[in-house]
Amino acid sequence: MASATIYKAGGEVMGFEHYLSLLTKSIFIENIVLAYFLGMCSFLAISKQVETSIGLGKAVTFVLTLTAPANWLIHHYLLDDGALSWLGYSDIDLSYLNNIVFIAVIAAMVQLVEMFLDRFSPTLHHSLGIYLPLIAVNCAILGGSLFLVEREYTFLESLVFGFGSGFGFFLAIVSIAAIRFRLRYSNVPTHLRGVGMAMLLTGLISMAFMAFSGIDL
Amino acid sequence: MAILNKTSRKAIADPLMRNNPIGIQVLGICSALAVTVRVDQAVIMTAAVVFVLTMSNSIVSLIRSFIPNRTRIIIQLSIIAGLVTFIDMVLQAYMYDMSKQLTVFVALIITNCIVMGRAEAFAMQNSPGKSFLDGLGNGIGYGGILIMVSFFRELLGSGTLYGYQIIPLWLYDKGYENLGLMVLSPGAFIVLGLIVWLQLQFTKQEEK
Repeated sequence: MASATIYKAGGEVMGFEHYLSLLTKSIFIENIVLAYFLGMCSFLAISKQVETSIGLGKAVTFVLTLTAPANWLIHHYLLDDGALSWLGYSDIDLSYLNNIVFIAVIAAMVQLVEMFLDRFSPTLHHSLGIYLPLIAVNCAILGGSLFLVEREYTFLESLVFGFGSGFGFFLAIVSIAAIRFRLRYSNVPTHLRGVGMAMLLTGLISMAFMAFSGIDL
Repeated sequence: MAILNKTSRKAIADPLMRNNPIGIQVLGICSALAVTVRVDQAVIMTAAVVFVLTMSNSIVSLIRSFIPNRTRIIIQLSIIAGLVTFIDMVLQAYMYDMSKQLTVFVALIITNCIVMGRAEAFAMQNSPGKSFLDGLGNGIGYGGILIMVSFFRELLGSGTLYGYQIIPLWLYDKGYENLGLMVLSPGAFIVLGLIVWLQLQFTKQEEK
């Protein structure tokens, strides 16, 4: 499907509303953390402080916005069934390499972001600690790439979807971090503190986000 | 288990309860929860994770002295990605319906933090045999939670277990309703939160 363009089957150009609708969907209704459970590890580990969670949220948004279209290009021009037809090899199907190549692209992107942060924002780099390299194995990032292949998005759609998912992650992690911060002064049963409580909270927030599911732009 | 000495036993038994990958270490929740709507999905997912975890731990441990320190992450990732692609293909070949239902979540085992975490934290320092056991223990500890969550979600959410009707039909006539929340994503978070609570209560570990 190398010839996928921004045209619908009928040949008509998709309007602005289509992308707006996809954006809302990926931010709220099908939030990548709250509806698909992707990126939970760093979500739970980093959401203890609002400041670091904003940092991680930004990093994820940034990396997702870059990797989703990058992986779309790689999938459609190198790996998909018949994708190499522009080189004259139309019967080659390399899509079994999807997983490995996607993860390599993501790892390279994360490395770039890490070098960038190290140079320009050492405090943020320090506060993210081990979790920045772990973005490479953040399910949200790989999940984004895999979803865009499975749902057969176009290039622009994958760009919008990448940004929307990243921003959805940002919103979710910052709101949880803010609630967890307030919870420090509440009287929670000893063994429920930490992860248990965070999971219950996430459940409640997830319910709140599901309230958007009736909206269809 | 007379064949296993104390450290090996520790490697396999620790992750089952006291150091459970999901409950205590909070790793690998990512791809875990989405497949817990039904028990059969959770069982297949567990099998896939156990396979990937044991194999990746053994392989990484076998070649650990040849892995340059600077490129270790990439090497570990490609080993894991290869194994996951393999299991994905096996599922597509022999259990096509199941692989359709699991969609991208099988591929997402690659980014399951447990696999990577164990390769990095355990297999890089220990012998292949021990790493194999560690992988087995962690995989089963992970799968146990997965199956537990899916047990509650399927029972309360659809009234079935492994596809069989458990809640008697006459109860529905009397006005019993399935708990729709359990099928949706919030159900998974809440069930898992409660399980983690119980587990901490049971193992008496203090959370920081």
